[in-house]
Amino acid sequence: MTDTLHEPFHTDPSTDLSTHVPLTKPQLPSIATTLAAAVSWGLAGLPALLLSWPIAGWVVVGWILFVLALPTWSGLIEGGRKAVDRLVTILVWSTFALAMLPLVAVIYTVVERGAGALSVEFFTASQQGVLGEGGGIYHAIMGTLIITVIASVISIPIGIMAAVYLVEYGKNNRLSRTLTFLVDVMTGIPSIVAGLFALALFTLLLGPLPRIAIGGSIALSVLMIPIVVRSTEEMLKLVPEELREGALALGVPKWRTITKVVLPTALGGIVTGATLAVARVAGETAPLLLIAGTLRGTNFNPFDGAMQTLPVLIFGEATRGGLAEYVPFQIERAWGAALVLIMIVMLLNLLARVVGSLFSPKTGR
Amino acid sequence: MAKSIDVSDLNIYYGDFLAVSGVNMTVKARQVTAFIGPSGCGKSTVLRTLNRMHEVIPGARVEGKVVVDGQSLYDPSVDPVAVRRQIGMVFQRPNPFPTMSIYDNVLAGNKLNARKMKKSEADDIVERSLKGANLWNEVKDRLSKPGMGLSGGQQQRLCIARAIAVRPQVLLMDEPCSALDPISTSAIEDLIHELKSEYTIVIVTHNMQQAARVSDDTGFFNLKATGEPGQLVEFNPTKKMFTNPDNEATEAYISGRFG
Repeated sequence: MTDTLHEPFHTDPSTDLSTHVPLTKPQLPSIATTLAAAVSWGLAGLPALLLSWPIAGWVVVGWILFVLALPTWSGLIEGGRKAVDRLVTILVWSTFALAMLPLVAVIYTVVERGAGALSVEFFTASQQGVLGEGGGIYHAIMGTLIITVIASVISIPIGIMAAVYLVEYGKNNRLSRTLTFLVDVMTGIPSIVAGLFALALFTLLLGPLPRIAIGGSIALSVLMIPIVVRSTEEMLKLVPEELREGALALGVPKWRTITKVVLPTALGGIVTGATLAVARVAGETAPLLLIAGTLRGTNFNPFDGAMQTLPVLIFGEATRGGLAEYVPFQIERAWGAALVLIMIVMLLNLLARVVGSLFSPKTGR
Repeated sequence: MAKSIDVSDLNIYYGDFLAVSGVNMTVKARQVTAFIGPSGCGKSTVLRTLNRMHEVIPGARVEGKVVVDGQSLYDPSVDPVAVRRQIGMVFQRPNPFPTMSIYDNVLAGNKLNARKMKKSEADDIVERSLKGANLWNEVKDRLSKPGMGLSGGQQQRLCIARAIAVRPQVLLMDEPCSALDPISTSAIEDLIHELKSEYTIVIVTHNMQQAARVSDDTGFFNLKATGEPGQLVEFNPTKKMFTNPDNEATEAYISGRFG
């Protein structure tokens, strides 16, 4: 018995041309991109040499030629979809390169100019009694570490607990919505305002123009807390509701569910967020300049007197001026300190990644 | 130690929305009771009210009475944490704690409550619970590995082991097999048969064959009409339910003419 319903499926494709769809299309050779790039910049090089353009001009003209040439070539041979694909690929790669440019340039400049300043003395001596050559930034490294550590000790617990309230207890009530709004506003506070806050606070406590390192920590905390709250909040929201219910259904009280199940599950992300917040405030200059001040010697006591920090030292050395023969050493010291600051921040970022992967839940079999 | 549950005139709300109304039934001790019915008719909602997990959802509340062993669960003086220690729950999707090993997952109910116990006692609980959940032979050599590394069916049995490790009086199961393959499903059904001798079990299922296989009593839930709250249409011994149901809607649902 023939089944008319299934007739079309029994048709032999080789005899029916209407159902035959070719799967192959002409394609550019795999070296097409390289070739087009070489030709474009080669063509641009001609007038560039003749008219002695600066390198930037040659790069831009070559890039314009490349953007026009490769998609057009592709459009002629491969068709419209592939041409658009190649055009967008070029644009995406170009913007990526553009975004990387300042970063690479900054790191290159800082390393080039700052590496020469690094020496044992640079890391172990302060600038006490040093005007021109010699001395180091030991006092500023210690100052940055002390002030940042105290700021972290203040803001990380407050930030995490605030986030726990917002996610676990607030449940979108009016108070938590207000808090979330205020945290968002605080994220955008200019750092100088945080510095002024600390300055005003300690002026009330200690009299006019106070110089105290703990004030710097408090100013940095004002900047750090909203970052920690935000990142922790996002991490806690990622913890599946099923885990909370699983713990609650075992007769575990809510506070233990939070401390033993929710927080450990989100720990990797929380630690990463906190470390990034530390890295973010370690480079703050303005608030520290206002309240922690500057000092040429080493001060380990955050509760008494000024304390030097790396960003403030960089600012000071780069702008101090003074005797002409001292200036080159001051500038070199500023670059060296900038390099050390970048290394500290990079180390913190690296640490954040390591810790983040260390604490994240494992699925090993 | 298994207990029976008496439910009377239970109305369940999400905020102002009445989700389930007028539920009356008696879940017998040391028996398996199955809840069946189309999606969204309130089976899981009713199940969650039996150990006060319903109120974990913001705005959720309950009217009426749920009486376990002479105590009304929704009495203001009742501590929901104490209720949940007596009435365990297994969820639709396996949810082992990702930060814990298999061993610690089984002991989670004890450890998270900071109960002090000797190593030998802990080992006993782990072995007893995993054997009870039919998982011991598969995992006994890798107890220190993360619980998330197990397959879906194994994870679900791990969650059952976790629930019975605290020796609850009642075990609630919310579609425990819906994400599992037939082999894991049959392992869990065997397990339900074994657990019946010690625990009162309530199971929500979409699978009517499963309800017929494992349960002694069955409750059929349905919406009164679209947009109306869910209700318990019929509650009867499973045998009667699947051969000669009292209600026409039940018969239509079971025979596949509906839903």
